[in-house]
Amino acid sequence: MLKTDRIGEQEEDHFIKGVKDSLPTLFGYISIGIAFGVVGIASNLNTLEITLLSILVYAGAAQFIFCGLYLAGTPASIIILTTFIVNLRHLLMSLTIAPSFTSQSLLRNIGFGSLLTDETFGVAVTKRAQTGALGPRWMDGQNITAYLAWIAASVVGALIGKWIPNPEKLGLDFALTAMFVALLVLSITAANHTKIMHYLQLISYMAVIIYFLLHFTSTHIAVLVGTVVVATIGVVTEKK
Amino acid sequence: MITSSMMWLLLGCAVVTWLPRVLPFVFVKNVILPPIILRWLAYIPVCILSALVMTNLFDASGSYVTFNWPILAAFIPTVLIAIWTKSLSITVIVGVVCMATIRFIF
Repeated sequence: MLKTDRIGEQEEDHFIKGVKDSLPTLFGYISIGIAFGVVGIASNLNTLEITLLSILVYAGAAQFIFCGLYLAGTPASIIILTTFIVNLRHLLMSLTIAPSFTSQSLLRNIGFGSLLTDETFGVAVTKRAQTGALGPRWMDGQNITAYLAWIAASVVGALIGKWIPNPEKLGLDFALTAMFVALLVLSITAANHTKIMHYLQLISYMAVIIYFLLHFTSTHIAVLVGTVVVATIGVVTEKK
Repeated sequence: MITSSMMWLLLGCAVVTWLPRVLPFVFVKNVILPPIILRWLAYIPVCILSALVMTNLFDASGSYVTFNWPILAAFIPTVLIAIWTKSLSITVIVGVVCMATIRFIF
């Protein structure tokens, strides 16, 4: 495996370092991107539409849901509303990352926000937990690598889509979950012992709350409500 | 190759995805967040990631929510590998292989 797998210690702000730190997530991006292209073709989208989705929307989970809704003939207004709800979690992620870049220009901040995803967010918070800060050039490095890899993988997926009728058989859909697991483990283990115990306690609350919420809301509403509730419990139960 | 109604649909989805991503970056620049909000935000990464993982472990398609057993079976070795290697790419590769194996067997 690549040496860059272990996200580095205190270092200067370099674009290339950002590119290197994003390499471990690339396998995830590429397999999910290819799976998306394949699913898109199976949902009667053409290669141009698949490519534009990846360029314009750039949000893995939402793009898969788009395919499902489009195939089912859902009205455009409902597809747009669903996309909004699915991606609303980015608001919380952006709020978390934005304080690291307040000294940067408005234009650069718009750039950081536009390219924020679950994965780049995960890599960035892990980096910040280890080094205490985030560099703008490092951030651009990992953002642009992830964006280009995602678009390229979607196009490749669309092109080979005709030969893979059932991408689930290859386990490709699990790549997204596995990436979330790895990002979660990395962000927990960066903390000290007391904090780790607190996090584990919060995760067990999360399991119960998500189980409860799924009985009467969609997955994406459950993620939003669960996050807001458990983060609040986190602040309340924090050891001073 | 692309209809205007599809183009509008894509642009609509792009705008509603872009705004929540970008607004905090524009807004936080001009406002100093109170310490309580910063403490709350510190819990967001672990909460959001665990929520995303949890929703995958459950199957809400029936009238009662149950475990999604094949996903759970692949999840356990994936967690262990993540803790052991602390590596994103090894975790993803092992996870995908576990999932493919489970789907191949059952």
